Amino acid sequence: MGKMAKKNKVAETLKELGDNVIKDVSKNKNPSIIVPIRALSNVIFNEKTKTLELGDKTSNRYFFNVAHAKKFLQTIEIASILKKELIDTNKHEHLRGVFYITKRTIPGTNVNIVDEQTESDSIIEDLEVITGLSREELHVSANKMGSLVGNIILLDSGDTIDCSKLGKGGYSVPSITDELDFKKVNAKYVLYMEKAAVFERLNEDKFWQKNNCILVTSQGQTTRGIRRLLQRLSEEEKLPIYVLCDGDIYGAYIYSVVKYGSIALAHASERLTIPNCKYIGITMDDVIKYDLKKQLIKLDEKDLARIKQVSQYDWFKDNKSWQRQFKMMKEFNGKVEIQSLSTRGISFISEVYLPNKIKNKEFLE
Amino acid sequence: MAENIKAYELAKNQREISISEFFLKNRHLLGFDNPTRALMMVVKEAVDNSLDACTEMKVLPEIKIELKQINENRFIVIVEDNGPGIIKQQIPNIFGKLLYGSKFHSMRQSRGQQGIGISAAVLYSQLTTGKSTKIYSRINPKKEAHYFELQIDTKKNEPNILIDKEIKWDKDNGTKIEIEIEGRYLKGKQSVDEYVKETAIVNPHSTFIYITPEKEKFEYKRVTDELPIEPKEIKPHPYGIELGQLIKMLQDTRANTLAGFLQNDFSRIGPGTTKEICDNAKLKTERKPKSLEEKEVESLFKSLQETKISAPPSDCLSPIKAELLEKGLRKEINADFYVTSTRSPSVYRGMPFIIEVGIAYGGELEKEAQVRLMRFANRVPLLYQQGACAITESVSETSWKSYGLNQSGSNMPTGPAIILVHMASVWVPFTNEAKEAIAHYEEIIKEIKLALQECGRKLSIYIHKHIRAAEQRDKIDLFEKYIPELATSLSNLTGSKKLELEEKLQKLLKKELPSLGAGNGENGKKE
Repeated sequence: MGKMAKKNKVAETLKELGDNVIKDVSKNKNPSIIVPIRALSNVIFNEKTKTLELGDKTSNRYFFNVAHAKKFLQTIEIASILKKELIDTNKHEHLRGVFYITKRTIPGTNVNIVDEQTESDSIIEDLEVITGLSREELHVSANKMGSLVGNIILLDSGDTIDCSKLGKGGYSVPSITDELDFKKVNAKYVLYMEKAAVFERLNEDKFWQKNNCILVTSQGQTTRGIRRLLQRLSEEEKLPIYVLCDGDIYGAYIYSVVKYGSIALAHASERLTIPNCKYIGITMDDVIKYDLKKQLIKLDEKDLARIKQVSQYDWFKDNKSWQRQFKMMKEFNGKVEIQSLSTRGISFISEVYLPNKIKNKEFLE
Repeated sequence: MAENIKAYELAKNQREISISEFFLKNRHLLGFDNPTRALMMVVKEAVDNSLDACTEMKVLPEIKIELKQINENRFIVIVEDNGPGIIKQQIPNIFGKLLYGSKFHSMRQSRGQQGIGISAAVLYSQLTTGKSTKIYSRINPKKEAHYFELQIDTKKNEPNILIDKEIKWDKDNGTKIEIEIEGRYLKGKQSVDEYVKETAIVNPHSTFIYITPEKEKFEYKRVTDELPIEPKEIKPHPYGIELGQLIKMLQDTRANTLAGFLQNDFSRIGPGTTKEICDNAKLKTERKPKSLEEKEVESLFKSLQETKISAPPSDCLSPIKAELLEKGLRKEINADFYVTSTRSPSVYRGMPFIIEVGIAYGGELEKEAQVRLMRFANRVPLLYQQGACAITESVSETSWKSYGLNQSGSNMPTGPAIILVHMASVWVPFTNEAKEAIAHYEEIIKEIKLALQECGRKLSIYIHKHIRAAEQRDKIDLFEKYIPELATSLSNLTGSKKLELEEKLQKLLKKELPSLGAGNGENGKKE
C-alpha cells in the first residue's frame, strides 16, 4: 500500500468511528463504542505463536451514562484531533503534545476534557484496539528513550546514519521505527540491555567492535519503538536478539515483554514481539558461578509479591527453567544488578562474562 | 500560752457572713464574673422574672428590653413587661433581699430555680455603680402604679428603700425595672442579642422588643397564642432527696406519724409502699417523725432509696412541645428544613425531666462551619460553658455521618445546621451555680441522644432526598455541557452538521434521563 493510500485508510477508519456514533444518534439510541477490554482478564497467551494476544471480550462505552460519558467524549475528541490535526495534515505529534491539544476546560464548567497525560495516553491505546490501527499509524509518537550503537547503517528520514561512528552516545532511537531502512548490517547478533549505564560501559570498551554486534538500550521498560526495531532486526536481518537485565523479577518481566508481549499492549503483539529472543543474564546461577552472593540486595515485600504474581503468568507458569530461577530468587532472598559484575573488574562484563555466555550458549528461554 | 492568745484574736475576727457579703466576694459563682457576661446576666434575670410572672397569671408575655449606654462600660438595663405586677409590700423583698422567693423549696419547673436571680442583679448594680435600682409596678388599672428606688443592705441582707411612692404610669398592669451596671456590650454567640433571639425561639408565645445600645430595634413577634401548660408543683420523690434534706423534712413535717409523713410529704408513696419502706427500715409506721434517732433516720433514708417506688408524676413539667418549637425555629432561623421532637418524660435521681430537640437545616445556614448548638434549660438559653455541658457531649457522641452531616471522630458535626436541645425539669442539675452547663447524668445523656437520633433520622431522609435531587440536576447540567463538545468533535471527525447533532443529542438526553444512573463501569463493575 502506498503512503497516500495508507493515510486515507487511517483517516477513513477514524471517520467510521464517528459515523457509527451518528448512526446510533439517528436511530434514537444511546450512542456507544465497542472497546475491546485491555486487561489481564482479556489477555491470552497463545501457546502456538508464543505471544500474548488480546481476547475477544469487549465492553460498551455509552455516552449517556454518568460513568462513561467523559471517556466517551475523550475518545471522540481525540479521534477527531488525530484525524484533523495529524493525519489530514500529515504531521506527527508526541503523546505529550496530544495531551496538551486535548487538555482544555469545557466552557461553563470546571471540568477539563483530560486532566492528566495518562488519560489521553490510555484513550490512544483504546483507539488502537477500537480501530485496529497502531499508534504509529495514528501519527502519535512517544518518548525517545533508547540508544543504538554497532555495525549498522540506517536510513532515517533521508539521512544516512552509520551507527559505528556515533561516539559515546550512539544513535538516538526515534519513537517510531517502522519507517527506518536498514541499509547495511554487518553484525552477528543484537544485545539489548535494560541499563543505559551498562550500554555506556560496553560502548566505551568497544564491545560491539570486538564482538561484531549491535548494542541497544532503553531505560527501564522497553519502549514500543525499540521493541519494533528489535523485532525488525530479528525478522528482517535474522539476527539473534539477546536480552541483558538485572537478576530480579523486574528483569525477568522486561525480558518477557520483549519476547511475548505485554498486557497493556497485547493488541499490538504481532508487531512487537520476538518469540525467539534469548535471556543472557543475570541469572541466579551467575550469582553462584561468579560469586556475587555478597552483592545480593535483600528482597522486600513488594519484590516477593511480584515474584508470586509473575511466576503465575501463563507464559511463565509452565517454564521450568524460569520457575527454577524464581525459586532461587526466593531461596537467596535477594536480587542482583548487572553492574555488580564490576566487583570482578570494571571490564569483566565485556571481556569475560558476555563473551563466555555467548560462546557457551548459556541462555535462558 | 501564745497559742491561746492567738485563738482569742482569731475568735474576735470570726463573725457571721451574710449571704450578700458572700456574693460580693464570690460573684463569679453566679455568673457575674466579667462585664460582658454580667450585662447578659442582668437582662436574663429580669426577663426570666417577667416570663415567669406572665406564665403564672396566664398572660401572653410582651416584654421590652432596652440597653442604654451611658459611657464605654456603663449601661442602664430596662426591662418592662405586661405581667400581673407585684404587690407593693413584696417589691422590696423580691428585689432587695437575696434568696427570697417561692421557688427554692418548690418542686416545679421554673426558670430561676433558686431565687438568687434578680436581687443579685440589684446587688451587682450597687457594687459596680453605687446606684439604686428603679422599679415600677402596677397590679390593676384601678390603682396607681408604685415606684421604688432601692438598694441592698449587704450586712443584713435586707432591702434599703430610698424612694417609695405612687406614680402615674400609662400601663394598666406590669412591672418595669431599670438597673444601672458596669458592663460591656459585644455581639456574637454569647451576647445579649443572642440571648434574646434564643429566648424568643423557645418562647414562641411571647413577643420581645429589644433595643440595643446602638439603638437598633429588634422585634420578635409571638407565633402562637397557646400559653405553655402551667407546670404543677410536686412533692419530692424519695429517689431525689439527700440525707440532710430528709432530716430537715422530718423536723418540719406537720404529720404526726411516719406513715403520714411519707404519704403526705413525698410523691408516689401510698399505704402499701409505706409499709414496705418502714418494714425495710425496721421502723413502726406510727412513730412520730420528730422522734427518730440518727441511726433510724439513716436506715429510713437507705430504705427510701432501695424500695421500689414508681416514677414521679410528670405533670410538673411544661415542655415547649415539638410543634411550637418548630414554629419558634421557623420564625427566627432561615433554613430549608426543620424537624423537632419532644420525648416522653423520664427520670434521673427521682427528678422528672423531658428532653426536646430541634434541628434546622440548609437555607442561609453556613455550609462548611461547625453546626451551631443551642442549649436550653427550662426555656432559658445556656450561652456559656458549652464544653462542660452534657448536651454537648450527647451531640458530639451521636454519629451524624449516617444522618447526612459531616463529622470527624467524636467532634461536633459540621454542615448547614442548627441543633437545639432543651431540658425541662423540676430540677436541672447544673455543674455549678452559674447555671450554664448541665451535669452529666447517664439518664439525661441517654434521653438527649434518643431525641437527637429521632430528629437525625428525619434529617437524613430529607438530606438524602435533597442530595439525590441535586445530583440529578448536576448530571443533567453536566450532559448539557458535554453535548456541544461531543457535537463539535463528531462534526470535526465526520463532517456532519454540528447544530443538527446537538439538537438530536439534546432530545436523546431527555429520553435517557432516567437511566443516566450513578452507573456501572464499562466492565460492569461499580465505579
